[in-house]
Amino acid sequence: MDTIGLYRTTVGKKVVMAVTGAGLLLYVVVHMLGNLTVFSGPDAINGYGHWLREIGAVWPTRVALLACVTLHFVAAYQLTAKARKARGRYEHRRRVQGSYAARTMRWGGVIIALFVVYHLLDLTVGWLNPNGIPGEIHANVVADFQHWYVVLAYAIAVLALGFHIRHGVWSAIQTLGVTTSRVIGLGVAVAICAGFLSVPFAVFTGLVS
Amino acid sequence: MKLTLRIWRQSGATGRLVEYVLDDLSPDMSFLEMLDVLNERLITEGQEPVAFDHDCREGICGMCGLMINGMAHGPEKATTACQLHLRHFRDGDVVTVEPWRAEPFPVVRDLVVDRSAFDRIVAAGGYVSVPAGSAPDAHATPVPKPDADTAFEAAACIGCGACVAACPNGSAMLFTAAKATHLGVLPQGQPERYSRARDMVAEHDASGFGGCTNTGECTSACPKGIPLTTIARLNADLLRAHTTRSDR
Repeated sequence: MDTIGLYRTTVGKKVVMAVTGAGLLLYVVVHMLGNLTVFSGPDAINGYGHWLREIGAVWPTRVALLACVTLHFVAAYQLTAKARKARGRYEHRRRVQGSYAARTMRWGGVIIALFVVYHLLDLTVGWLNPNGIPGEIHANVVADFQHWYVVLAYAIAVLALGFHIRHGVWSAIQTLGVTTSRVIGLGVAVAICAGFLSVPFAVFTGLVS
Repeated sequence: MKLTLRIWRQSGATGRLVEYVLDDLSPDMSFLEMLDVLNERLITEGQEPVAFDHDCREGICGMCGLMINGMAHGPEKATTACQLHLRHFRDGDVVTVEPWRAEPFPVVRDLVVDRSAFDRIVAAGGYVSVPAGSAPDAHATPVPKPDADTAFEAAACIGCGACVAACPNGSAMLFTAAKATHLGVLPQGQPERYSRARDMVAEHDASGFGGCTNTGECTSACPKGIPLTTIARLNADLLRAHTTRSDR
């Protein structure tokens, strides 16, 4: 196994992005499913959060996520720098292919990263949360999504994540050596967006309070 | 018909778009024949003709390559610039013509770029080892039909560079993958299959091409319709080359 030699290539950096992206996607799916416990009442989601701490899942997950995000970002940065240098600059250029999702991977990733910082300060640390009491997950979430601007910021971030996943899933599988249908990425993205957006929608409309 | 051409003129380090108006064009002319008409006029007027690459003019050699209105080889799908006819433009259109642009494709003059980076990628691994004695029997090595079809589809690559010109990352992955697939799926190409992927990608990167982001601009610009599946195949071979101990 020649990891260094592989990483030196552009394809190797993409493999790192594909594998770390898969790890992050796995976390996103579990997070989304965990969020859905909000529909079973305050005890369900508060209990779920408490259980995660009890089994000691929190810190190992944080370390793994930080490692994935770091590697994902470093590889993306290096590839972007190389692409910027390599690409041609035309007086007149038209796009003929390439989805919105594919074109916005880089800035979309930055938007998601910025949202994650806000999200941690809001619902993990509690500083930016109107309620902000550790352990009272249900109350914190409900306090958050009373405000239209929180809902809006959350929705924009989730849609950015959806676009990122739509191209990312397909591209990652392609990078790992298999061409699949682009519908797979779209399906995963729609499912994740629907799952995440259901919570602010339910709180804002009063279905969950 | 009448067309207004804005053509990139460059003789030193920098260039600019120069406007030429051509009247009396026939819709049956190819794009390159139109440039011939322009050049004849420029020569008669004592001006320097527009330099552009061309050879077979029947869409199979890969020499011609023009960015026409921002699209590699112009607006027609699966068509080289030499096979693009003026009937696909409207009378009175303004048409911008630029050379391929990418860091590894320096402009030599006007619309001519240096594509020797492609030659270096092929030299790095785009070959098969053959016994150099008498010619083998034609059917000595059976090739399954699906493999032959996949190889042929990739072998249709004429190395024109449209994939690089269209790529938002300046990547030559489609070209590299076409060559690696063309040889890598055939039994004759097996001995160097993995070292080929490794060496060609290494040369691709060293030449200054960017990495692929699977946007697919390349396949839609490709006059031969080389599919993105070739890139996945190359990626798989490269991964294998770097994850096994074998030197192959």
